[in-house]
Amino acid sequence: MKINIKRFNQANEPQKFNNEFEVSNTNLLQAFNEIKKEHDETLTYRCGCKSGVCGSCAVRVNGVERLACKTNINENDVIEPIKNSKVIKDLVVDVSHETLLIEKTNSFMQDNSDEEIEQKDINKIDRQSNCILCNSCYSSCPVYEANKSFLGPFALSRALRYSNDKKMANNDLIIESIQSNGIWDCTLCGACTMVCPQGIDPKMDILQLQGLASQKGYTNPYQATFDSNMGFDMSDMGFDPNGSF
Amino acid sequence: MYDVIIIGSGAAGLSAALSAKEKNSKTLVISKTQPTHSQTVQAQGGINAVLYEDKDSIEQHVADTYNASKEISSKDNINFMCSNAKDTINWLDEIGVPFNRDKENKISQRKFGGTKKIRTCYSSDYTGLKILHTLFDQCIKNKIEFLNEHVLLDLIVEDKICKGVVILDILSGEIKEIYSKSIILATGGYAGIYQNFTTNSYSNTADGIAIALRAGAKLSNMEFVQFHPTALVNSNILISESARGEGGYLVDKDGNRFIDELKARDEVARAIYTRITNKESVYLDLRHLGLEKINDLMPQERRLALEFSNVKLEEELLPINPAAHYTMGGIKTNINGQTNIKNLYASGECAQANIHGANRLGGNSLLEIVTLGKHIGSYASENIDNEISVQDINSNKLELIKEEIENIFEYKNEINLYKCKDEVGQILFDKAGLFKDKNSLNEALKQINEIKNSLDEIGVVDKQKEYNKNLLEFLEFRNILDIALVVIESALNREESRGSHYRVDYPNIDVSYLKNSKAVLEENKVSCSFEDVV
Repeated sequence: MKINIKRFNQANEPQKFNNEFEVSNTNLLQAFNEIKKEHDETLTYRCGCKSGVCGSCAVRVNGVERLACKTNINENDVIEPIKNSKVIKDLVVDVSHETLLIEKTNSFMQDNSDEEIEQKDINKIDRQSNCILCNSCYSSCPVYEANKSFLGPFALSRALRYSNDKKMANNDLIIESIQSNGIWDCTLCGACTMVCPQGIDPKMDILQLQGLASQKGYTNPYQATFDSNMGFDMSDMGFDPNGSF
Repeated sequence: MYDVIIIGSGAAGLSAALSAKEKNSKTLVISKTQPTHSQTVQAQGGINAVLYEDKDSIEQHVADTYNASKEISSKDNINFMCSNAKDTINWLDEIGVPFNRDKENKISQRKFGGTKKIRTCYSSDYTGLKILHTLFDQCIKNKIEFLNEHVLLDLIVEDKICKGVVILDILSGEIKEIYSKSIILATGGYAGIYQNFTTNSYSNTADGIAIALRAGAKLSNMEFVQFHPTALVNSNILISESARGEGGYLVDKDGNRFIDELKARDEVARAIYTRITNKESVYLDLRHLGLEKINDLMPQERRLALEFSNVKLEEELLPINPAAHYTMGGIKTNINGQTNIKNLYASGECAQANIHGANRLGGNSLLEIVTLGKHIGSYASENIDNEISVQDINSNKLELIKEEIENIFEYKNEINLYKCKDEVGQILFDKAGLFKDKNSLNEALKQINEIKNSLDEIGVVDKQKEYNKNLLEFLEFRNILDIALVVIESALNREESRGSHYRVDYPNIDVSYLKNSKAVLEENKVSCSFEDVV
């Protein structure tokens, strides 16, 4: 079987190049390993647990974000690095924004409440706390593509995970910190939901956060502008935040 | 100069970092990967603690752990871990780990092998993942400094005092040195050396242990490698012990059970492997549990079986085999993480803290890494040697290492690195695996030494400085080889069978080996001996 890998190497000329490889493994990560063993030891990719929990091997297969370790490939598949991050080499991208985004959204336990926790409270945050930070959602996000200040899917799902944690005395700080370049900037296109390998639904999480924010008296800034100014031209914003409403 | 540098960002490293920071130490975590890529995410089943003393007791937890260790562990050290277990769970719960709750709203517990008590706390079957990510979020909250994708190349040790580290910035290819008043190695175990026969991450290559050995550290009990009974056939992906803990059966091709599924891991793994070597298949049978229970308690196992073996757990039998999973040996430490090198500490799976002995109980690993990680971070902070200053350091390590790496780039590449890595895994599994004897171990020793002697024919193809994973994997491979040799030598020396260490030529426990093994490097050769368990 042939697969095509879109590669990048700062030192090479040209820096972007395609390589076609003949592989016998149908699992993509195994195919990468096979390429290193049989064809090219310089092929560069991240991998770790091989079982879909470390989140290191996300790539795009025919334009769709997938974890290499969990993907079966087909003839002529095109493999490329995930989007919306600087490519470092071949399939490896810069993921240093993770820390920054969690910091910006204050997505961590702050003051503890002394409320009793029931299983239903745990169930409420179970799915979001399964996030593996693989960056697939970021890669698929059109808002993040246009605006690198956007807090984006995984940070907002994490924000909901802590906002909904009954153990936390107060989620005001989180809700406040996701107002700007946050929950109201999402177009709810659901691209992130489609690609999450953990079955997390950041789109629904963002909608829930919008609900929580509304309860605290925050309003959708775009909605307000939209209502009062029906015909205004949004072309200068580069991206229409209300595009899919 | 830092107060505390932690190498490794799994739960042991992050717990140590959080407690060092709490003590106001100037703290840095150096991670070979990204913090959330660490092996801890793969721990599924749970974390042991006696939470409610009406049905269980700390004494019982200590006794179970000691029995599993086959008596080569310290009851005092085990007692320290078990007595602090409840605090560990409460702390994790407080910082946000979503532990499952029972009908009375208490933290749920499940039963694991090797004990009759229900003692293992869990977050569905993503316990390690949720603990690690929660710790990471706390590190961000506490503004812990990280250097990600930097690999440890060497320790700076002068007069048996550790003063810093030499690291490679993978991204830039730059080699740097950083000084610190204390260094904590939290680099994980060495089951990853059993390439293709392990549940471990590709990143687990025994780096910290190998580097510590070369720097003069004492290693101990390296012959004890735990094989997990249930890994998926072909991919060796772990299926958690919770599958058996919740009532799953192990069956042969006719559907007959052949062993008590809740016996200690070593016994179950050998029973399975014996059948496999007789060309029989072995399966995990969860069908009787029903879809709802499987989805509730082990959603990850169901997903793994479906995605990697194309098996629906509620309807079909799952083919499994044993795989190298956990390593009881490591850098010899006391309960405070101290090694035989001053200011050098080790924590977590890379350490041998006299707790797991010849076999580890399921659920005790997460407990050790968080409890001792936290304790060691705080101990190292409180015992900082303030007399050490940058002016005192005369090391030429940085230059030496730079030269060494330049030399590696000059090596020929006539032999493929990745094929060699596979070969090493195969040799170790066949000859130093679940069953071993003098002949098989001697053969393994000879073969691994031959590979080691051909390192300059293996070399690296990628000659680039930036993000050279080929170079990184070559450096890791050297560590794999060094540790493989220690594992084999240690296994040769222990002429008995105890826990996970099974010698076909010495099938019984021998009281004269009621000792810890010790391995050090003397004139570039592994030297093994035994010492009393204290």
